[in-house]
Parts: sequence; C-alpha cells; structure tokens
Amino acid sequence: MADKVLMKGNEAIAEAAIKAGCMHYFGYPITPQTEIAAYMAKRMPKIGGVFLQAESEIAAINMVYGVASTGHRVMTSSSSPGVSLKSEGLSYLAGADLPSLIVNVQRGGPGLGGIQPSQSDYYQATKGGGHGDFHMIVLAPASVQEMADLTVKGFELADKYRMTSMILADGTMGQMMEPVSLDYDIAPAPEKPWATTGTKMEREHNIVNSLFLSPEKLEQINFERFEKYKAIEENEAMYEEYMMEDAEICVCAFGIAARVAKNAINEARKQGIKVGLIRPITLWPFPSAPFKKAAAQVKEIISVELSMGQMIDDIKLASECKVPVTLCNRVGGMIPSPEQVLEAIVKANNGGAL
Amino acid sequence: MVVFDKPHALTDVPMHYCPGCTHGIVHRLVAEVIDELGIEGKTIGVAPVGCSVMCYDYFNCDMIEAAHGRAPAVATGVKRAQPDSIVFTYQGDGDLASIGMAETVHSAARNENITIIFINNAIYGMTGGQMAPTSLPGQVTQTSPYGRDVNLCGYPVKVCEMLSQLDGPEYLERVAVNNVKNVKAAKKAIKKAFQNQVEGKGFSLVEVISSCPTNWGLTPKKALEWIDEKMIPYYPLGVYKDRTAKEENK
Repeated sequence: MADKVLMKGNEAIAEAAIKAGCMHYFGYPITPQTEIAAYMAKRMPKIGGVFLQAESEIAAINMVYGVASTGHRVMTSSSSPGVSLKSEGLSYLAGADLPSLIVNVQRGGPGLGGIQPSQSDYYQATKGGGHGDFHMIVLAPASVQEMADLTVKGFELADKYRMTSMILADGTMGQMMEPVSLDYDIAPAPEKPWATTGTKMEREHNIVNSLFLSPEKLEQINFERFEKYKAIEENEAMYEEYMMEDAEICVCAFGIAARVAKNAINEARKQGIKVGLIRPITLWPFPSAPFKKAAAQVKEIISVELSMGQMIDDIKLASECKVPVTLCNRVGGMIPSPEQVLEAIVKANNGGAL
Repeated sequence: MVVFDKPHALTDVPMHYCPGCTHGIVHRLVAEVIDELGIEGKTIGVAPVGCSVMCYDYFNCDMIEAAHGRAPAVATGVKRAQPDSIVFTYQGDGDLASIGMAETVHSAARNENITIIFINNAIYGMTGGQMAPTSLPGQVTQTSPYGRDVNLCGYPVKVCEMLSQLDGPEYLERVAVNNVKNVKAAKKAIKKAFQNQVEGKGFSLVEVISSCPTNWGLTPKKALEWIDEKMIPYYPLGVYKDRTAKEENK
C-alpha cells in the first residue's frame, strides 16, 4: 500500500492536479480555497510549471481558456462569489468545447454570504453555470482522498469529453485534514489535433471559437453537444450506496453532508431502523439508477443538504416522485448535526411522527 | 511579374467589413508583418468581440475567439503555456478600453510578452454605433444622441497616455491609417510590436486611429478627413513608451 500523507483537502486537490499533469494554474484569493493558490505558488516554480495570480476571477478563467486552447491541462479554483464571476468563462469554455478543471470550495450565500461551508451552489454547478445550454461534469468529494482522486478523474473526463469538470467541494472539505495517498498511474492525455498550437505551416489553421451566426449551424452544434452529454449520463454517473440492501428509508447526501448522514444512519441502525444512504459522487450526471431502485423499495427519501433544498429536485426527478422526498438541511455556513439527521430518520420511520 | 499580392498570413475568405472601413488595411499590415518576420507557423491570434470578431476567419495562423474584453487574459494563458509562440490580440475600443480595461491594464503591468493591436475608431461598430470609451466630447452616437456630454458621461480614455504611466509595458505607440504616410508609419509600428515579442522584450501595444464611415455617418473619404480634423488632435500620434530605445539613449 502506498504511503499516506496528512493533508488539507485544498492541498490534496493542488498536488493531485500536478500529479495529473496540470502545469498551469491561475487563481485569485478567496476564502476558503486560498490554500490551493498558495500551494501552487510554492510548487509550480519548482517544477517548471506556471502559477499566476490573476487580476480577477474573470481574468483567471480566461487565462484558463487560453491555456486550454493550446491543449495543455489547466485549472483554476475559487469559492462561490468567485465562481459567479467565472460563469462567463465557463459558458465560453463550453461553447468552444475546451477541457479544463474548475474547483468550487463553496461558502454560504447569496451575495458575499459568509466564509463557512455550504452546498448552495448546487443549482449553479449542475444546471449550467452560465448562459446557454450546457453542462459541466460535477464531482462531489466526501473525503480528502476523494478531493485528490476526483481531481485526477476530473482532468481525465475533461479531456475525454472536451468539456469542463468541476470539483464541487465545500469549506469543510477544503479545510479538513486527513491521510491521503497520491500514488496515481496517470494515463497520457489524448491527442488534441484541434488545439491552437501554431500551424507550423503544416496544416490548415485551427480556430477555437464559440460564435456561430448561422442558426442552423448553432442548432446542429447544440444537438451534437447534447448527444455527447447523453453518452456521459449513460456512462459516467458515480455514486456510493451504504446499507441500502434492506433499507426502508433512504438518506441522500453528498460531500460533508454524507459524512454526517452516515453517522446518523449508524445510530439509527442501532435502534433497529432500516435506513441506508445513496451518496451521489457525480452531481452531473446525476446518478438516477439507484433512485429508481430505491423508489420501489423505501417509504421515504430524505435529502440532507447544506442549502435550502436544491439536490432534492433531482432526487424527485430520479425517483419519479414515487415516494415522498423530504428535506433535512442547515444553511448559511451551518452544518446539520448527526442528531438532526437521526431525528429526520426516526420521523420518517414513524410515518411523520416523532 | 507580381507587383502586388495578398500576404500569405491572410486567408481567401471575403471580409465582411463596410466600404471605407480601415479594418481591412490594419489586417493587411498585421499579415504583412507576420509574413516578413516568417512567424505565421508559430503565431496564435486572439480575436475580440466587436466588428473584428470574425478576424479568426481572415488570418491564416491559429486563432482563438475570446469573450468581450478578455483577449489579453486569453493571450496571457496561451503565451504562458507556449512561450515560444507569438501571440497577438486584435481589439477594438469598447473591447479593450471599456469592458476589458482590467485585462488591458494588468497584462501591461505584468509586461506580458504579447502584442496588442488596438483599433480606436471612437465608436461601437458591430452593435450599430453607440458611444465608446474613446468617443470624443460632443460626438453624436446612438447612445449620445445630443453629443457626448462630458458632465454626464465623462471624458474619453487615452489608452497610450494612461498605460505609459505604468512601469510594465515595453512599447506603446499611437498611429493612424488615414493616408499613405500614416499607413507606412503604422506598418513600422506594428512590425516593431511583433519584433519586440520575438526578441522577448515584452508588452507592446499599437493603437491605430481608424475610421468608421457607417456609424460616423460620413463618406469613406470624409471619414478619413475627420481623423485628421477631430481624432488626431485629441489623440496625438507618436511613441508613448519605448523602454529599449530609452535605455539605449542613456
């Protein structure tokens, strides 16, 4: 087994990115993700990579767009208000079919909000994240190890499908320390014949572009992009099931909320309540299959979120509203306690009464 | 015998510019310089949003279309990833001096080793003639129908003068393309701006005073005269910064 090191989640993302061959990082300071920039500032000059502190989140995402155009692996990271600023660039990256990795270590909102953990950018991440019809692959780590693993996976998926992967973490994931193994066998990045690397006078010029003034052409491009999305929905959905075999109640949570939920489920099991967890690891594509199965098996699904209830919509769609879906949440930087989740489980088990 | 030919760095795609627009002249100058320096194979251009948005179809080198105002940030990414490439942006006044001002100033402050061709025609062309950050005091546009009132919307931005206050940039020059003499001077400045990058000297920006007969409401000939009468007095031509020349003169 590979040696493990104790790292903060944010640092694990940074080191995993370097391991994945990302030699270009552009960022702007914002709490609670600044450790990523600080780590890159230290490491990149030592390994011949590029760290550049941009003048804004907008400039950072456009520097990413520039590097992505040349076919190199590239990333930026930010937290909620900064990701809003990047949303213009996210739309252009999608429109030009460029691969990149974006990290959002979420904090409470809206507006300047707070600096404590949140999951309230779920809609923003999974329903587009900018103007126009598009998706990003959204990965939701629930441990420092997954912060690293999903960063590597994010780069691979971004290259495979020529699109943006987003790590949707939260302040807890970014700040907490856990042992992590960074021993990866990285496959070489695919050839990128479309990249603007200079023609060398050997080929026609490449154009990286998202402008198509002909509506027929733009419609066709959107259709083709959504064929790609369909393939991703069919092949790339990831999730974890925990004690779902005999479950009569299903808890659904991702990220830090899933960690809390597991504690509550363990406690409920001790009380003899048959409850399990579905933890989506990809938030887009949303893993529908386990919810279709759960809808025929459980009497209630509880969505545990650090938001006013955003993922709950996807759960209702995936379970086709066949069973009640209820919300157990805290917001504004607050995190549900295991007791709060346990209470929701007991209530569900008693058919709504405590 | 060929006496006049199209530069190799320009494609055969017909340009969409209005009659009398000087974008075509500046495109040609840029392409001639790319040919003369023999850099087409390693040049990557960044197109703006505005009238010249589709210049990605007109230059034969690899091209990237950027979001409005973001071309210097995109160019920064390209240049940092591929330092041996020659990277230029081609931007208008709304793109460079309004929505993209932060990207312009900070790429200059960092002395990014890129070349910027900045078209100043004192108007938003593509959207149909609105007030630009460089529209002259009193200039009538669609969004300043009674003339630009400096008490309401302030004064034009003088890009070369402003950037010349920074320690970062290597070379800043303002030229015009309204007569043969000025076109020749413009070519020389554009060539220097690319040569500087080849030599690793850093941020080089050429501001080109250009005409927009369609949105100025003038004939092409009158528009060229308007440059002499109105534009150049407000935007004096000349070198605003040339660090290497300054150091050599010491």
